Amino acid sequence: MSRSQQRILTQLGLWFLIVIISVYALFPFYYAIITSFKFGSEIFTVNYFPQNFSLGNYVSVLGGGNFPRNLLNSVIVSTATVAISLFLAITASYALARVRFRGRSLLLFTILSVSMFPQIAVLAGLFEMIRSMGLYNSLLSLILSYMIFTLPFTVWVLTTFMRDLPIELEEAAIVDGAKPHQIIFKVFMPLMWPALVTTGLLAFIAAWNEFLFALTFVSNDEQRTVPVAIALLSGASEFEVPWGAIMAASVIVTVPLVILVLIFQRRIVAGLTAGAVKG
Amino acid sequence: MTAITLHNVKKSFGHVDVIKGVDLNIKSNEFVVFVGPSGCGKSTLLRLVAGLEDVTSGDLRIGESVVNDLTPSERGIAMVFQSYALYPHMSVYENMAFGLKLAKKEPDAVDKKVREAARILELEHLLDRKPKQLSGGQRQRVAIGRAITRDPKVFLFDEPLSNLDAALRVQMRIEIAKLHHSLDATMIYVTHDQVEAMTLADRIVVLDAGYVRQFGAPLELYHHPDNRFVAGFIGSPKMNFMAADLLSTSNGESKIRISEGGVITALINAQGATPGTGYELGVRPEHLIAGGGGDAELEGPIITVEHLGAETYLYVDLGQEMPLVVKASGNTQAHWGERIKVGIPAGACYLFGSDQKCYPRQPYV
Repeated sequence: MSRSQQRILTQLGLWFLIVIISVYALFPFYYAIITSFKFGSEIFTVNYFPQNFSLGNYVSVLGGGNFPRNLLNSVIVSTATVAISLFLAITASYALARVRFRGRSLLLFTILSVSMFPQIAVLAGLFEMIRSMGLYNSLLSLILSYMIFTLPFTVWVLTTFMRDLPIELEEAAIVDGAKPHQIIFKVFMPLMWPALVTTGLLAFIAAWNEFLFALTFVSNDEQRTVPVAIALLSGASEFEVPWGAIMAASVIVTVPLVILVLIFQRRIVAGLTAGAVKG
Repeated sequence: MTAITLHNVKKSFGHVDVIKGVDLNIKSNEFVVFVGPSGCGKSTLLRLVAGLEDVTSGDLRIGESVVNDLTPSERGIAMVFQSYALYPHMSVYENMAFGLKLAKKEPDAVDKKVREAARILELEHLLDRKPKQLSGGQRQRVAIGRAITRDPKVFLFDEPLSNLDAALRVQMRIEIAKLHHSLDATMIYVTHDQVEAMTLADRIVVLDAGYVRQFGAPLELYHHPDNRFVAGFIGSPKMNFMAADLLSTSNGESKIRISEGGVITALINAQGATPGTGYELGVRPEHLIAGGGGDAELEGPIITVEHLGAETYLYVDLGQEMPLVVKASGNTQAHWGERIKVGIPAGACYLFGSDQKCYPRQPYV
């Protein structure tokens, strides 16, 4: 076999794998999209390409009931979780990466070990805490509980990232008269955009998709977030599962995530520190 | 008046003593260079003065006041780092203005300061650039500019030129010297490069293993080293050391037998020294006479020849661990393997006791 034939075969093999992975990753979402455009009994016929086009499901999901309100709740909870997590994580990571104190690595491992417990294991205790703080059935209960799983990894990723920033930058800022908060927010934070965007995005997705806490800590339809709202969507009767509406709602919920990833992937620019020290 | 005084300053990291009791009196507006081999504590000492490290014990004064517990900005110092440490996300202008903005200066005053610093350092056309768009020399100038804008009383340089190539280093060295003359400030400069030390310094501090080995003007260190360490450290190539016996001493002259052969009556005042073994004779390569002559002669085969153009260094094997280095003229015909005579002038000798101390001598011209 000649070398050019070999190369063509390699290329073909590569593309074959790419197609398999893409289909595997995207087909469920694709199927959700085409199903969401079907209406009535058409839903129960299987076809892989759109036949008719109907916005009826979207109208019914967005038009009536609490779904728009649920969507807003999700946005509020996820955004607040990300903002508070990042603020706490960036200040904590400065201390953990740059300030020497006794028990620093113990603390770091304790933070990580928090993420070791399954949600179900902490659920009951957390429920009691939230009740006693009077937060039951409010969005604040979700924001607070979501930080259980967002903080460990944001703190860890940002600490690792901050450790790699040149120490001279901090010293130069100290010589320039910067206080710790100015070092963090004026010198380090602009350099940490790639890490902040990545961890922030992951935290947002985790908070956006969370189901168990959202189901447990909120009982009121108006306070629910979308994962729970979708699961609890009910049809005209007890025996009807409204597949079309569920699919439409799923698409509506997924689209913001896709848009966020597309926007921020441009901002995940590596090598932002180039030029700080001799390169 | 911003003299800097260190009184018995010590610094330990855990159980490791890095600075072991340093006393220095640096005068106002003086240019002082800390020099020494790597690990001698010179950067640590600078960082103590800067306030980036806390002194373990002792007093540190800048001007009249003890500054042990003050932050770097309260001490009125500015520092230029080896790696430049420019803020990568800020333009040149913002880099230079950062310290002033933190000090809450009026925007007009900030602008004036930055533009003046940019003019002095010829950075005016680069003000809008980001550090990554600058060359090494330009980055270094921005780092210096950042230091200038705050009108510090004390400038600290931590090996600022060691990341630059040889030609640029010479150019920046001259610029730093010019800067020192135009600014009214005390400067401390850390380097391991003794050429930078000799050319820039009013006075040099030679550090070794956490101790000050000598503090003096460049030529004083060259002609009158206090000890063997300073004698070996100052001068390039290094001074040659030979085991020697002191035979007798009188009237500022010492009769010395060199173990490699020959007796020389050197112009060294070794009063009080007991004749005997255990001494060392030092001669700088540039004072040895290739081909013989002088007041004593040594002989051996040449094992390496280094042609530098203007001069040639011959390495002569005398059967010792270290070959004797001799500076010869640039057009010397000496070649590898040839036996050569090397003359030692009586005035060029340094004598070291077994306690490493250097005996008083006349400067040799």
